[in-house]
Amino acid sequence: MTTTTARLTASFDDAPLTLVRRRWPLGLALLLLVAFVALPLLGDDYWLNAILIPFLVLSLAGLGLNLLTGYTGQTSVGAAGFMAVGAFATYGLLLRVPGIPLPLALVGGGLIAAFLGMLFGIPSARIKGFYLMVTTLAAQFFIEWVFAKFPWFYNYASSGTISAPRLELFGYSLASPVGRYLLTLSCVVLLTWVAVNLVRSQTGRNWMAIRDMDTAAAVIGIPVDRYKRLAFAVSSFYLGIAGALWAFAYLGTASAGSFDINRSFQILFIIIIGGMGSIAGNFVGAAFISLMPIFLNHAGQWLFGGNVDAGQLQNLQKILFGTLIIVFLIKEPEGLVRLVGNLRDRLRTWPLRF
Amino acid sequence: MSTLLEVRNISLSFKGVKAISDLSFAVRRGEICALIGPNGAGKSSLLNILNGVYRADAGELVFDAERLHRPHPLTAARLGIGRTFQNNALFKNMSVLDNLLTGLSRFQRSFFIEQALGLPRARREARVFAERAEQVLEFLELQPWRDVAVGSLAYGLQKRVELGRALIAQPTLLLLDEPMAGMNAEEKQEMSRFIADINRDLGATVILIEHDIKVVMDLCAHVVVLDYGRKVGDGTPAEVQANPDVIAAYLGTVHG
Ligand SMILES: Nc1ncnc2c1ncn2[C@@H]1O[C@H](COP(=O)(O)OP(=O)(O)OP(=O)(O)O)[C@@H](O)[C@H]1O
Ligand SMILES: [Mg+2]
Repeated sequence: MTTTTARLTASFDDAPLTLVRRRWPLGLALLLLVAFVALPLLGDDYWLNAILIPFLVLSLAGLGLNLLTGYTGQTSVGAAGFMAVGAFATYGLLLRVPGIPLPLALVGGGLIAAFLGMLFGIPSARIKGFYLMVTTLAAQFFIEWVFAKFPWFYNYASSGTISAPRLELFGYSLASPVGRYLLTLSCVVLLTWVAVNLVRSQTGRNWMAIRDMDTAAAVIGIPVDRYKRLAFAVSSFYLGIAGALWAFAYLGTASAGSFDINRSFQILFIIIIGGMGSIAGNFVGAAFISLMPIFLNHAGQWLFGGNVDAGQLQNLQKILFGTLIIVFLIKEPEGLVRLVGNLRDRLRTWPLRF
Repeated sequence: MSTLLEVRNISLSFKGVKAISDLSFAVRRGEICALIGPNGAGKSSLLNILNGVYRADAGELVFDAERLHRPHPLTAARLGIGRTFQNNALFKNMSVLDNLLTGLSRFQRSFFIEQALGLPRARREARVFAERAEQVLEFLELQPWRDVAVGSLAYGLQKRVELGRALIAQPTLLLLDEPMAGMNAEEKQEMSRFIADINRDLGATVILIEHDIKVVMDLCAHVVVLDYGRKVGDGTPAEVQANPDVIAAYLGTVHG
């Protein structure tokens, strides 16, 4: 016992630096290979444009919101507002800074969104829960209004829209579907790696501690207000980049209306369905949200032939989503990712039960 | 032995109801000081003042020869005041290991961007932190529950995890609010042993709130008795037990 406790008091600073070689799980390597090589080769334009790019961007947005809401416990319904900031800021940088490379413009747009997110996160020191959610709602409407109201942001275009500027990297054009897909994929992979690092680090633990019990977090020495603001900033950075990609890699032409409150709810649903406080959940949730309508369309066609009109199908979708959200909130607050995990555990132990 | 903590004329009230009135006492460096008294005497409130969760209406605190004017929980943590709560205040969705690791926040030196990008300093810090957490797991015999979510642990184990979370921060002063409440005799003995070891081997000064008088007699050389927010006794266990005011405070009161 004495030896243990004696070691406990050993100093912090004398640990040698050894490089831990991380093993790349085969599954991940395979997934990346498929995503970077197979899909661009095999996928047709429709798949890339209409399914894979929006799926990836929505996953990224979910990731951003999840860091704030799932990991830090600060519910926000203003996600799309910060996406808009990223989109308009990236546009402004590409337009007004001559020769700025695309990656720099994206990071710049993300940083501007992060700064704004940090500002809107300041009230989180004083208000919690429902009332904090209302301030994010206010942020959403305010930001939307600003980008619709002041023509400077959309360069005085009579349409009030911003459209994809030169998408190029080191002289290569990224304007083709494959180019836009690879741009999006690279951003998503890089930022997912960063997010995994973050949630496994002391920063991530501090966020989760604040989520679970903020008084205790302060008592053990976590600067609660600072980490809440940091969560707002990091979350908005992710959302900002997602917004820029949504505008330029997916839509091509966007306006303030592309980032309305419905988009915010869509992102929120992604993390509820996929799983709060889970990285993989964002991808599962985004896949669900973006594939479900397509699936329903086909199912509707197949079941009823041409007898159901599109409007009714859309209503059906809304009802289905609403029901699912309620089911998830009540039955499985940890989302689809948890359901899949449970299933896997059961399969693993399945033969043993007999 | 020198004085580590001095409480001077502290008063606290909630909406006009006095919880603590004009309380003064001193805790010597290296001792285990028991804080006892009937329910509602103001013991937990006092701990909350000591680490800045509540603010005293009047009075002052001197910690480690430094005057603390209305400490904030963060300042208290940075000065090395650790704490466990009467009703467990763990991070229930996190594993035992992660709960312990949060206790190291006050030693964190790497910036968030270093952690985000997995830079060497952050990685090295993470490894040192992990090693320390393993040591605490071993010390408190918590290894079997290392990766279990704290919320699903038995109450007694949770109390131990909370002790670990405070302990890992190498506190100078450790405030323990009824760490043995709801435990059976065997668990109490185990917990007493942990507290004694922490005090002796790590040199942490301890303020312990405890209702079980036998535990207090075994562990503590100094006892402070509160009743209705006033100090009614202060001395060795024997002195306090012989004090008529203390006996009066306990007569007819329900405590558990
Ligand atoms: N946050 C609060 N708001 C209002 N009143 C409070 C608050 N905290 C404590 N009190 C009151 O202050 C008095 C002292 O409470 P405290 O919790 O400090 O007692 P205690 O000695 O820890 O009792 P116990 O042995 O039951 O834990 C009680 O009358 C209690 O009702
Ligand atoms: Mg109490």
